[in-house]
Amino acid sequence: MIRLEPRERVPIWLAGIAPIVAIIVTLVLCSALILWAGEPVFQSYLLLVEGALGSKFAISETLSRATPLIFTGLAAAVAFRAKFWNIGAEGQFYFGALAVTWIGTGLFSLPPVLMIPILFLAGAVAGGALLYVPVVLKTRLNVDEVVTTLLLNFVVILLVSYLIEGPWKDPMSLGWPQAAPIIEQGELPKLLERTRLHLGFVVAIVAAIAVWFLMKLTVWGYEIRAVGFNAEGASFAGISINSTVIRTALISGGLAGMAGVSEVAGLKGYLTLDLSPGFGYAGIAVAMLAQLHPLGVIASAIFLSAIFIGADSMSRSSDVSSYIADVVTAVSLLLVLLSVMLVRFRVRWS
Amino acid sequence: MNQNLPTEDNSATLEEILKLDGITKRFGNLTANDGISLSLAVGEILAVLGENGAGKTTLMNIIFGHYVADEGSVEVRGQSLPPGSSEAAIKAGIGMVHQHFTLAENLTVLENIILGREPLFSIRQKLSAGRRKLRALSEQFGLDVQPDTLVGDLTVGQRQRVEILKALYADAQILILDEPTAVLTPQETENLFATLRSLVKKGMSAIIISHKLNEILRISDRIALLRRGKLIGVVDAKDADRDQLAEMMVGRKVTRPKTQSLKAGAAVLKLENVSTSGASSSEDLKNVNLSIHAHEICGVAGVAGNGQNSLADLICGIRAPSSGSIELMGKKLTRFDCRTVVKAGVGRIPEDRHAKGIIGEMAVWENLVSEDLRQPPFIRGAFLLDKSAGCDHAASTIERYDIRCPGPQAETRLLSGGNLQKLILARGLSRQPRLIIASQPSRGLDEGAIAYVHGQLLEARKHGAGILLISEDLDELLSLADRIAVIFRGQLREIPAEASHDIRQIGLMMSGQEAV
Repeated sequence: MIRLEPRERVPIWLAGIAPIVAIIVTLVLCSALILWAGEPVFQSYLLLVEGALGSKFAISETLSRATPLIFTGLAAAVAFRAKFWNIGAEGQFYFGALAVTWIGTGLFSLPPVLMIPILFLAGAVAGGALLYVPVVLKTRLNVDEVVTTLLLNFVVILLVSYLIEGPWKDPMSLGWPQAAPIIEQGELPKLLERTRLHLGFVVAIVAAIAVWFLMKLTVWGYEIRAVGFNAEGASFAGISINSTVIRTALISGGLAGMAGVSEVAGLKGYLTLDLSPGFGYAGIAVAMLAQLHPLGVIASAIFLSAIFIGADSMSRSSDVSSYIADVVTAVSLLLVLLSVMLVRFRVRWS
Repeated sequence: MNQNLPTEDNSATLEEILKLDGITKRFGNLTANDGISLSLAVGEILAVLGENGAGKTTLMNIIFGHYVADEGSVEVRGQSLPPGSSEAAIKAGIGMVHQHFTLAENLTVLENIILGREPLFSIRQKLSAGRRKLRALSEQFGLDVQPDTLVGDLTVGQRQRVEILKALYADAQILILDEPTAVLTPQETENLFATLRSLVKKGMSAIIISHKLNEILRISDRIALLRRGKLIGVVDAKDADRDQLAEMMVGRKVTRPKTQSLKAGAAVLKLENVSTSGASSSEDLKNVNLSIHAHEICGVAGVAGNGQNSLADLICGIRAPSSGSIELMGKKLTRFDCRTVVKAGVGRIPEDRHAKGIIGEMAVWENLVSEDLRQPPFIRGAFLLDKSAGCDHAASTIERYDIRCPGPQAETRLLSGGNLQKLILARGLSRQPRLIIASQPSRGLDEGAIAYVHGQLLEARKHGAGILLISEDLDELLSLADRIAVIFRGQLREIPAEASHDIRQIGLMMSGQEAV
């Protein structure tokens, strides 16, 4: 029989090495699927790594795909830290995208130095505003936020659908359901020539550092952590739970909204309904994989993005389906969570 | 010190029901149990005595199959138990009543008791049969509970009864009680002891884990002393003496702090006709009048669930009164929140250390500054937390209050119970509060830590603090308090000065009977 016993002291090397081992085990486990597809394991993984990191273009693709994941991952990491279960990053993402489309397609025009910050701000405000509804319902009426944030996703997506099929439809789009493009002053500059990597990546990194700073070194961060770890204890110490949760929600929603800004103004140039292949939900996986650590979010977002980009490329040049990326994501998430448990507990066989 | 004590257990003359042989359990470098051999006879109450961290709970967890011993064996009626199987332990007739109850609050008493005792796949719940058996058991042993009450609505004492019934329901022959009186009033303790005596008379056996010497001496037949994982000795309760046991348990002499008489000063707390609403009818305060003066300890005695929580919450700033007025240091309180109360000069020691007192996952320094978060020197600018100021403050506090921990950055949940309480005391008392509200400040602590807590409270009293001491431990109240009030169904009545140390009188008032 297997038994778990808590460890009194966790060695630092163990805590550091555990997620890496988890990733390696993930790749070993997933190689069974590659064998099943009839391809050589080592070469397939090599193709995957090459596709994700093998060239300047590959790296730029990986990083630009990681950009929205960093934002949504941070959104989940901040909210989950306070045990506020924001499952609505997808909706907040699109709300941010709506805000940037409304403001950035000719409402007014300013030089890029002003325009771009305003766009990000607008997206953040929109994302935060959307999450304000569930958080007020939670703090005032104790309505479960998992349900409200999740369901709001569908409301927002239907709203986007209505707008880009109707009033906001771009007359120049030859009938495609998409909004008008962002004006030139609002476009995020590319970081590398002839790639899709844009300024949004830098903003995401800065956001991650800012969130890390906020959580670690400010009173707000203290309060968010305190409320998440032990709401009753935090309240006894004089921390207002409701205002902390509301603050957390505004930050979380704002970060998810910025993801929408970054995708519209940086990558695609206009709003469509396929802007996000589930970035909001993937953000949860990113945050969990990073164990809610803001800087870890950068690494886990890049990791997951590399798996997807690499798997896409691998599936183009071999018989392994790109769906392997989903399997790798899922397995790595499970194994990293398992490794976290094994770091905290010791396994005994008897 | 104890040469004349047998270190070998030699009660084998009686019919033996449980036998431990050379139990050793290590956690990393720590040896929690070191070659412990013990036996339990039918109809016997064996006390396992030791300070926190002596290995009592580990030993019981091994018996009950929560842990697997590294060496040694557990035998029930000569049959050795498979290690690490609670199921086998339950089947062999071992029932455990945990210190932290293992009940689901959102289920009823009956549901909790039959939980896990029912077949997993069965269309019909055996509720009515369960109810009958429960009724029979509670009548037989005088354990009075309502089967259909939600466990969440029960008091601590009642929950313990449910735990015991749960063990009895599973046909336990050996009852293991982990710190059973830690949460009980004297009367409840008496009830529990009466229950235990009637249980062992009917052929059951019991092991009580405790560090409360007086109670142990009263209830048990034999006492096994543990210190740092080792069995120091087994003594017959009738030959044992309190001070000798205390010394053996702690390993050194424990000096209990003495009170000195002081003249009460100005009022620091005044409650006038205060009522609360929102809790259950017996927990809500009803027209409470109370004043506490500087240099004075006012004790509040009462059975759990009679309004102590409402009273403590009120003064801690968690709850607002529904009517009446509260004055702190002569000023009427208009805002009821924790921060206002702390600022007004109240030092708070909450009843539930883990849930309210600390945030276990955060560092020691973070917990020490939690009440002063937005005040210099811990804040820089508008919202930056000054970690180095916090750590400096923590380092000096740790030293001053002798908190045993690896350092300011250590995770707080790793501290032992006594050290946690020192941390909470340090946070509450280091600002020299003029009013201290202490709820069950020594609950679950060992002798050394209790002496420390009492010493700190008396020191604060000497320096001019008024103290409201809410406790279910009458010994504690009688030895510390200048005057005692009794709370019953939300009503607070002060004991007349001439009867203030009359236990019988206090006990009567605690059960709601008029003073004679």
